[in-house]
Amino acid sequence: MSGLDSSAGLDEVAGSAPARVRIQSGPLAAPNGANGSAPRETGIGAVFEARDVSVHYGRKRALASVSLRIPRNRITALIGPSGCGKTTFLRSLNRMNDSVPGFRIDGQVLYHGHDMYGGNVDRVEVRRRIGMVFQKPNPFPKSIYDNIAWAPRNLGLKHGLDERVEAALRGAALWDEVKDRLKDSALGLSGGQQQRLCIARAIAIEPDVLLLDEPASALDPIATASIEELMHSLKGRFTIVIVTHNMQQAARVADQTAFFSLDSSAAEPSGTLVEFADTEAIFSHPKDPRTRDYVSGRFG
Amino acid sequence: MSETAFDPTAPLTPTGNLRRRRAFNRFAEYGATAAAVLAVAVLAIVIYTVVARGASALSLEFLFTGEPTGIGPAIVGTGLIVLVATAIAMPLGVLIALYLTEFAGGRADRPIRLMLDLMNGLPSIVIGLFVFGLLVYGKTQSAFAGSIALAIIELPLIARGSQEVLLLVPNSMREAADALGVSRWRTVLGVILPSALGGIVTATVLAVARAAGETAPLILVCSVFDSRGVSLNPFEAIPNIPVTIFTLSEEANPTGFARAWGASLVLLSFILLASLAARVLLARSRSKVAR
Amino acid sequence: MSGTTVNPARVTGASSVRRPRSAARLRRVDRIGDGVLHGICALAALLGVVTLLLIGYQIVHGAGPAISEFGLGFVTHTTWQPNFNLYGAGSVLFGTAVSSFVALLLGAPIAVSIGLYLSLLAPKGVRGIVAPLVEMLAAIPSVILGFWGILILAPFVQANIEPWLHNTLGFIPLFGPPQTTGASVFTASLILTVMVIPIIASISRDLFLAVPNEIQEGASALGATRWEVVRGVVLPTTASGVVAASLLGLGRALGEAIAVTQVMGAGSTIKASLFDTGDTLAGRIANQFPGAITEMHQASLYYLGVILLVIGLLSNFIAQWIGKRFDYARTMAK
Repeated sequence: MSGLDSSAGLDEVAGSAPARVRIQSGPLAAPNGANGSAPRETGIGAVFEARDVSVHYGRKRALASVSLRIPRNRITALIGPSGCGKTTFLRSLNRMNDSVPGFRIDGQVLYHGHDMYGGNVDRVEVRRRIGMVFQKPNPFPKSIYDNIAWAPRNLGLKHGLDERVEAALRGAALWDEVKDRLKDSALGLSGGQQQRLCIARAIAIEPDVLLLDEPASALDPIATASIEELMHSLKGRFTIVIVTHNMQQAARVADQTAFFSLDSSAAEPSGTLVEFADTEAIFSHPKDPRTRDYVSGRFG
Repeated sequence: MSETAFDPTAPLTPTGNLRRRRAFNRFAEYGATAAAVLAVAVLAIVIYTVVARGASALSLEFLFTGEPTGIGPAIVGTGLIVLVATAIAMPLGVLIALYLTEFAGGRADRPIRLMLDLMNGLPSIVIGLFVFGLLVYGKTQSAFAGSIALAIIELPLIARGSQEVLLLVPNSMREAADALGVSRWRTVLGVILPSALGGIVTATVLAVARAAGETAPLILVCSVFDSRGVSLNPFEAIPNIPVTIFTLSEEANPTGFARAWGASLVLLSFILLASLAARVLLARSRSKVAR
Repeated sequence: MSGTTVNPARVTGASSVRRPRSAARLRRVDRIGDGVLHGICALAALLGVVTLLLIGYQIVHGAGPAISEFGLGFVTHTTWQPNFNLYGAGSVLFGTAVSSFVALLLGAPIAVSIGLYLSLLAPKGVRGIVAPLVEMLAAIPSVILGFWGILILAPFVQANIEPWLHNTLGFIPLFGPPQTTGASVFTASLILTVMVIPIIASISRDLFLAVPNEIQEGASALGATRWEVVRGVVLPTTASGVVAASLLGLGRALGEAIAVTQVMGAGSTIKASLFDTGDTLAGRIANQFPGAITEMHQASLYYLGVILLVIGLLSNFIAQWIGKRFDYARTMAK
């Protein structure tokens, strides 16, 4: 894959040594007046930059010291065994973890240079720009049309709603299957169709980023294949970050891949980033032994 | 679509119509909070009034003598009426609950539950009319008639509450007892009822708290208000607290009002304490079941 | 299962070898015991059903003379003059309708807001305190609320709220001049509102808590404010349940006799203004039954009871029908 130009700075975190185990104490060490006053240099084409991000749920540390840059208009996959913080990290990218009790994040998450957890940041605005599709399809108990039109209506995008809905459904490769029954309940669709509906719902407001949390894990292989095809076509318009426990899927779909694993060297094991590189590199010549073990199927 | 053109690299502060939406959201949140505050405020005002005005009427004389100085006989009267009512309603309620959980097939289940729901929804004045026609018409009012009326009010509450607890008893217990060859009735008496006892008591306490405050049926079938002393005869009308409060409230007599506040304080304290006790019992039995 | 397999034959077989007669007696006792238990449980259930039917019968029977005298026209006639043996339910039906309607109009939105607050807005600690307090509101006996209404609420309403409403909205006949004592349809409606709110609030709260988290999350992830999630997802999915809860609250308001008697002023005619006196079905029965001497008077009051029973049952049935028909679980099923 050709992620070469946007890979600037990625080598920093490629697994040269086991990821540092450090418990970040105190508030964000953010010398930039962390309310997005001036965009900081985050490298060419990087949408997200995570700097030494750690996540705690109450006392338990779920994620330790993750630093990585997510490039624009590419598909970045987060892979690794269950419980290693991949989903936690993903949900930290659109502040969906805020509602989890005891959630605390240390380090910085920069979005286009702005600190996402800074004081002035509006959560709702964050989610308008960074959309999410969940593991289990969760369509609203409304019609197909209303599912997609709901968020645009909220945003005041009332004109051209029909066209917007059609464009979203086309973008999700669902239009042909549902164009004659837009008024039917979305709950009557199959699992794969529902998930594509959720994707259409997310892209209808034209976000900047799409976060996909194991989008095909609840689907059969045929539906999975259609989702994967979709992602290639969506890549051009959105930056995509996808969590998947299926490494073949990552190999098929992603430009860059980040491998998360459990860091057991600390007193309490927590998830951490082990290696991050171009997908091809991760799979054919991984640098970290843990990565090698995982991708060769020896564990996980 | 130029409408959506927004600059993703702009700071993460509200764009587009978000400011207005956020203002509306805040308004809605304040509204919901205000509604909750209103409800709590009304509760506080009522309780405060009852306590403030009733406390001054409270005294030993008030609690132990009869009209016109105190409500002693009324307290005894309510106690008797509610006791008899509960003695009738509790066994029946538990038996009905047992029937629903242990014995009823699918066909009998729904009509019985419908019956309980309907009984629960009966206006208490209608229950009063019924008991009047049944026991008082052509005869005299009586505490027993009052007890029957209150029993009808208590029955669905006890039955439903007991049924809920009985359903919580794990089926594996019943199956194990069956496999051991233990007969149904021994299982029910020896295993199922004891483990559901906490919930049954809770339901009964809640039913008592409800029935103790019911006035409408008593007005029709056990309404007496005079300087009669303490009476434990259930076959005549005896003084009781709700009727006392009601009668005093309808007279335009300030000294009467003071006694009514006192009686209200006594009644309300009992009911709130009983509800609190039931809640504590419920929490305790829940933590036992959720092993 | 319990994990231990016991051979029942072994349990009873050994003893049957040693003491055959007592084992057989034991089994007989068990069989009888089972039958007896089953029997008395069934009897209790039957007793419940019989009682309910008896209640219906008794009320209709008691109303017999009035039904045969006035027929169905009783429902619409508005004169109620015991001295002339003229009875008609019209005026109390009107009072019942108005007071219940106002109670629901004021109470349902407040109760739904409280339900939303308790389920979605309040922090856990606050929820644990406020929820029981709201339920405690339901525990206050109506005689105490009515007494409080007479002495505290009615004067306050008469001195402050009614004049203000009359001054600003007096051109509408609903808001006529306040009466001297504050005993009015309006005051009674306020008391009914207080009674109705806890019922609707706790059912609504349970309904809102049952809305699956995943669709609420999905709505949030689309950049919606909390209110928009409520308006777009939570309320639509629970709408029918909330309506059913409101009908249950309505039933409570319809059946309330005592507080209404205390604060509605026992008016006997239909008046346009909310601030005038009035009466309801239940209230009139409570007011006049103890003093009803003539057979026709009693029978007419029983007739009111019949109407009350029918309306109460209807709202109960409709509530259940709505609950079942638009069951959320069904709409979620494919």
